[in-house]
Amino acid sequence: MAVGKEILTQIKSIGNTKKITKAMEMVAASKMRRAQDRMKASRPYADKMRQVVSHVAYGHLEYKHPYTQTRENVKRVGYIIMSSDRGLCGGLNVNLFKRALQSMAEWKKQDVEVDICVFGAKAAAAFRRYGIVAQKTHMGDTPKVADMIGTIKVMLDAYEEGRIDRLFLVENEFVNSMTQKPQVTQLIPVVASGTDSIKHHWDYLYEPESKEVIDALMQRYIESLIYQGAVENVACEMAARMVAMKSASDNAGKMIGELKLIYNKARQAAITQEISEIVAGAAAV
Amino acid sequence: MAMTFHLDVVTAEQSLFSGTVEEVIAPGVMGDLGILPRHSQLISKLRAGELQYKTEEGAMASLFVSGGVLEVQPHVVTVLADTGMRAEDLDEAAAREAMKQAQDALQGKDPEDLDYEAIQAELEAAKAQIEMLHRIGKMRGH
Repeated sequence: MAVGKEILTQIKSIGNTKKITKAMEMVAASKMRRAQDRMKASRPYADKMRQVVSHVAYGHLEYKHPYTQTRENVKRVGYIIMSSDRGLCGGLNVNLFKRALQSMAEWKKQDVEVDICVFGAKAAAAFRRYGIVAQKTHMGDTPKVADMIGTIKVMLDAYEEGRIDRLFLVENEFVNSMTQKPQVTQLIPVVASGTDSIKHHWDYLYEPESKEVIDALMQRYIESLIYQGAVENVACEMAARMVAMKSASDNAGKMIGELKLIYNKARQAAITQEISEIVAGAAAV
Repeated sequence: MAMTFHLDVVTAEQSLFSGTVEEVIAPGVMGDLGILPRHSQLISKLRAGELQYKTEEGAMASLFVSGGVLEVQPHVVTVLADTGMRAEDLDEAAAREAMKQAQDALQGKDPEDLDYEAIQAELEAAKAQIEMLHRIGKMRGH
């Protein structure tokens, strides 16, 4: 019987797509778990680092590292944007870019120029016409500091030479596997967190020279924040993809159900019509 | 009760120790640093070596750190180690192997494309691990 052949083909092709999305969902779930472990492992370091650096920014130190000095007159700012290399992860990248553009628009209103440095192919494609200064794509699921440091150096040098006066990091914060929050944080100059109640004037004892220690500390600070951002972004990407693929699989299942219903109705109508034709033919004889 | 302070030892990969201690001996680049409660603010680079601390119960424990930064505030000490290990995870055979590889790398090959600093750091770390193992071994009476 040739009833609803098109519908059957369609059901089959949706079924194939569903298999793929289901597989992608499971791959993303297992990758997410690993990415989450990496993220959790490096979090204490980044947190402590932030704490120590905010102490440094708070104290009255003999050597003022450029990263701890806030320049009053802002002419140009830098943005580092973390994105994924691949799509099919729901609105993750789009939401992040919207947040970044929103933040940039505020600077542009004050006639401040914006330099952009991107990680990930998606951001590279999205911000191409905004003028990218440095980019790095295809770092894989396990980002390494060594791979990122060259790209970051472009922005850090620009800051030290005074070409940019602020540097921001735009990344996704991993809240849980269902929620990822895009956020913009100021990387340098370092913002002293006011939570510590160290108010009187004090300075560190240094071993060896103050410049050497603080330089080493600041370099590690930047590295750890960038690394943390990249690792967190991978976890976010996997989580977003898992959710997107799950809803794609669910939708495919729903579509198959609906199409099956239509197919069965059509088949039943054809049978009914055939019977009534036979009956009518018999009655005529 | 003896005076205590809080010690945090973190590496890029994991948090090694977080708790209350009475004393810390850290391997600073200019020599070992002994830190007691209410130490004045200090910030120092660390070399590869043994980081010892005395827990509230009075027991000495130690960790291996491969360098990093130490920050001292009167009641909090933070060690930001590059990499680190618990003493019981140290492996003399692996350390010797790493040392041998680093030495080979220093001697052989084209000096142009060598990253001297990195290899030197590896060598130092391996040496420090072996030294630390020997010290612990002696203490245990082997």
